[in-house]
Amino acid sequence: MNLWTVLIENGHLILTLTGEHLWLVGASMAIALAIGIPAGILLARRPRFRPPVLGTASAIETIPSLALFGFLLSVPWIEQRADRQAITALALYALLPIIQNTYSAIAGVDPAVREAARAMGMTRNQILRQVELPLALPVIIGGVRVATVLTVGIATIAPAIGAGGLGELIFRGIAMVDNNLILAGAIPAALLALAADFLLGGLERRLRRAR
Amino acid sequence: MCPASPPPPAIEFLGAGFRTPDGRPILRELTLSVRNGETLVLLGRSGAGKTTALKLINRLIEPSEGEVRVEGRSTLAWDPIALRRRIGYVIQEVGLFPHFTVARNVALVPHLEGWPAAKIRGRVDELLRMVGLDPGRFADRLPRELSGGQRQRVGVARALAADPPILLMDEPFGALDALTRTELQREFRALEERLGKTVVFVTHDLAEAMRLATRIGLVEDARLAGVYSPNEFLRSADPLPAAYVAAFRGEEER
Repeated sequence: MNLWTVLIENGHLILTLTGEHLWLVGASMAIALAIGIPAGILLARRPRFRPPVLGTASAIETIPSLALFGFLLSVPWIEQRADRQAITALALYALLPIIQNTYSAIAGVDPAVREAARAMGMTRNQILRQVELPLALPVIIGGVRVATVLTVGIATIAPAIGAGGLGELIFRGIAMVDNNLILAGAIPAALLALAADFLLGGLERRLRRAR
Repeated sequence: MCPASPPPPAIEFLGAGFRTPDGRPILRELTLSVRNGETLVLLGRSGAGKTTALKLINRLIEPSEGEVRVEGRSTLAWDPIALRRRIGYVIQEVGLFPHFTVARNVALVPHLEGWPAAKIRGRVDELLRMVGLDPGRFADRLPRELSGGQRQRVGVARALAADPPILLMDEPFGALDALTRTELQREFRALEERLGKTVVFVTHDLAEAMRLATRIGLVEDARLAGVYSPNEFLRSADPLPAAYVAAFRGEEER
């Protein structure tokens, strides 16, 4: 059987698995953003938190994904469902680029602009919302882009703990020694990563131009 | 009934000093009154403490000793936000928000103060004209689409937006070419004569101080070395003003 036949025969399955894949990536990115952006803002304000937070986030990146999925098997509530484990693990991986970019973008706002904002009588909150975050946005989106591409890739391991996604076909193909089946999972996963990269990259460029 | 007491000076430094967290003095025991409506120029070398004195006024920093009063009240007793909205601030780097148009930059404080939109629009047009920029041409531009002199004009317009009684200016024309600088100094002087704001102006340039000052406060090595009218400054026998004048003359003769 050639690749096309495999793709067409499994069309429905590929769609379902793509949906699962998007759920894993979408949910984990939502969690990572909800934690990572406030954490990045905190680091920009409080330098002494930088080493422990960035150190921890970097250390997480070095844990092999299969091992991280495994660790989460023993965490209460998370262990009840496979997708919870996968989403938690993916969110942890996505944290570093989001925290790092948010923090460095905000810390990098022109001090003259920040001083002018304070001198005009803007409150801290107004400075954050009207000045720092808008100016930092292109760089933050850059971090989101890296994190998204990363999680789309790592999510292909999720079937190892039964969490589904396009990796399902890759694992099945490996078990059946069927390269076309592996490709039927790998190609859509690669396309997802490219699409995320393209869309978020486009957004980033547009925001940069508007500055 | 006691007779009405005269209004307090716009700004008073009462033995005000500032030290860095590691104890290094940046400004020592500054005692100085800035009268309502005058332009007081703080003249001195880079690092002498002029900018520190300026930032004590709008409480960007707080005095380590002594007190600074604005309109008779210690800056520490003011709500810092309310204090800063009564004080316009212009700096050399301008600090315009790069993601805001010229109009939005100028409208910043009126917007924060919750003015109605129509009033803000009218005020922005008025201010841009006041600083010599055609609203039709410039209102919708971004700061990076302006020349240095135009940006500085917008900076002045922004500082004046909510009609603050006090204006602080930290080497606002320092980064401009000589021609544009002189032009802006002249226009600013005319504007100031019309508006009658109390201005504290920091510079290291004697010519600028002579052009703009009602009085010149000479700052050297974290201390106020003396206060002079421009005429007194030129004729002073004190060594420091004399050195400034000599250096200035020497430069002119070259």
